[in-house]
Amino acid sequence: MTPMFAKHTLSALRQKLMNRELSPIELTQEYARRMQELNPELNALISWDTERALQAAAQADVNLPLGGLPIAIKDNICCLGEPARCASHMLENYVAPYDATAISKLRAAGALPFGRTNMDEFAMGSAGENSAFGVTRNPADENRVPGGSSSGSAAAVAAGMIPAALGSDTGGSVRQPASHCGVVGLKPTYGRISRYGLVAFASSLDQIGTLTTCVEDAALLLQFLCGHDVMDSTSSLQPVPDFASELHRGVRGIRIGLPKEYVSSGNAPEVQDALNAAVAVLEAQGAEICEISLPHAEAAVASYYIIACAEASSNLARYDGVRYGYRAAETSDAPGDLYARSRTEGFGEEVKRRIILGTYVLSGGYYDAYYTRAQKVRALVARDFSQAFERGVQLILGPVAPTPAPKLQAKDMTPLQIYLADIYTVPANLAGLPAISVPTPQSGLPVGVQLLAPHFEEARLLQGAAALESAWS
Amino acid sequence: MEMPRIDVAYIAELAKLELSAEERARYTRDLEQVLAYVTQLEKWDTQGVSPMCHPLEVYDALRDDIPGQSLSNEAALSNAPQQTDGQFRVPKVVESAH
Repeated sequence: MTPMFAKHTLSALRQKLMNRELSPIELTQEYARRMQELNPELNALISWDTERALQAAAQADVNLPLGGLPIAIKDNICCLGEPARCASHMLENYVAPYDATAISKLRAAGALPFGRTNMDEFAMGSAGENSAFGVTRNPADENRVPGGSSSGSAAAVAAGMIPAALGSDTGGSVRQPASHCGVVGLKPTYGRISRYGLVAFASSLDQIGTLTTCVEDAALLLQFLCGHDVMDSTSSLQPVPDFASELHRGVRGIRIGLPKEYVSSGNAPEVQDALNAAVAVLEAQGAEICEISLPHAEAAVASYYIIACAEASSNLARYDGVRYGYRAAETSDAPGDLYARSRTEGFGEEVKRRIILGTYVLSGGYYDAYYTRAQKVRALVARDFSQAFERGVQLILGPVAPTPAPKLQAKDMTPLQIYLADIYTVPANLAGLPAISVPTPQSGLPVGVQLLAPHFEEARLLQGAAALESAWS
Repeated sequence: MEMPRIDVAYIAELAKLELSAEERARYTRDLEQVLAYVTQLEKWDTQGVSPMCHPLEVYDALRDDIPGQSLSNEAALSNAPQQTDGQFRVPKVVESAH
């Protein structure tokens, strides 16, 4: 499943391209071959257009910083002329009429978008099982889920079907599948990467992120994805530093907080072992690990699901069968029937569940009790982090998920039980912080550990992640 | 807050979704469970805390009003379920008389 080619990093492939050991066309052909071979088992990609990719490869300029490197794209990020289905029947026939800003930036740096990765429908899910195009399997154990919602991006990178992929992270959707599949998953600061062309789920939480085989590749991609964009008013005006420059500086003298709330008896033994291993590695490299407290940690999931569903119910109101997306074939001439029939037939079960929850918490009489209350608690969750950073902690270490990848079709789980497993990832989205999942060297199933940094401190985040990786590779 | 009886049929109507009897029962059960869990939000002291709508400071994002390139009519209509004369076409809608 993982021959040598699979472990090739973007920087190693780039060297080969620049030395003319390999042409962009040969590279694209090799990945097309691997997609063909592995996708029937893994279902990591919803579609891929080899002909289009080869045409782009023929034009690729290998002197550009990402010249000729193929990158798979989560199915909720628009690439001109390609489907962007969000793994939903609602957008089954949708073809993007423009490039997302993240895509035009990748193209400008020479990269070649190749392959649409499977996902939970509209990014709503933590297992990759809510796709209208079938479940994705975990390359490490095909009886297990890859995590979600960027299920296909994580699985494709882990299986070597593509060297790197874009995902999106609203409550952990990049970091958690990265942890379950054994790859590096980076969610930058909210606003770092323009969301123009990313199909909206929860706009105050959504952020595009990367899935790569190593930390250096995450830094490389981030470098070319960042920057202010007039098409996204929430994209940041912060300057973009050189993320690679600090990468191998190590963690000597860096203070890393370990929240006592994250060292929980609810964690699986493998997860606790991974966390202990990370502490040992960081201490051995000269970091100072200190216990901190995030007193509102347990409130994060409740706050998150109210806010995320409220925003989703509003964002997904646009799918009405009028301008794009699915339109029901048979509708009466009663007002609203076209909308209701199209939405009822087009959306899947979990999407409907979240729209209903979101509509409920925004409805008359409940708005303050749920939505406003959740937003206030969100402020408390965020304040816990800013206070920890103000007290001198430079990074925070924690688990990514309470367990390794669960088995496929764990049908006995209630929605609430599934939501609760997001406990360690949603806080970074509520607070807008950058966070990364780094794989640990496990003998069994892959398990990642998470680092979090203050807003716009991705360079330090990557530095900490590289220190972990260097000890383990 | 007291757990109210959730009228999922009414909420679905607001959200323009049609639910079968089985779906109504399932979503009612799921939502009651989730809402019972989120009542824990009450236990945190939010006195004097402002609701957080956005993770970072929001600034005035208006740009200069300069005409630029936007999607062509053709591109904007390219995903339309139905179109006529460069416009979106929808089925006839008739408001019934009360």
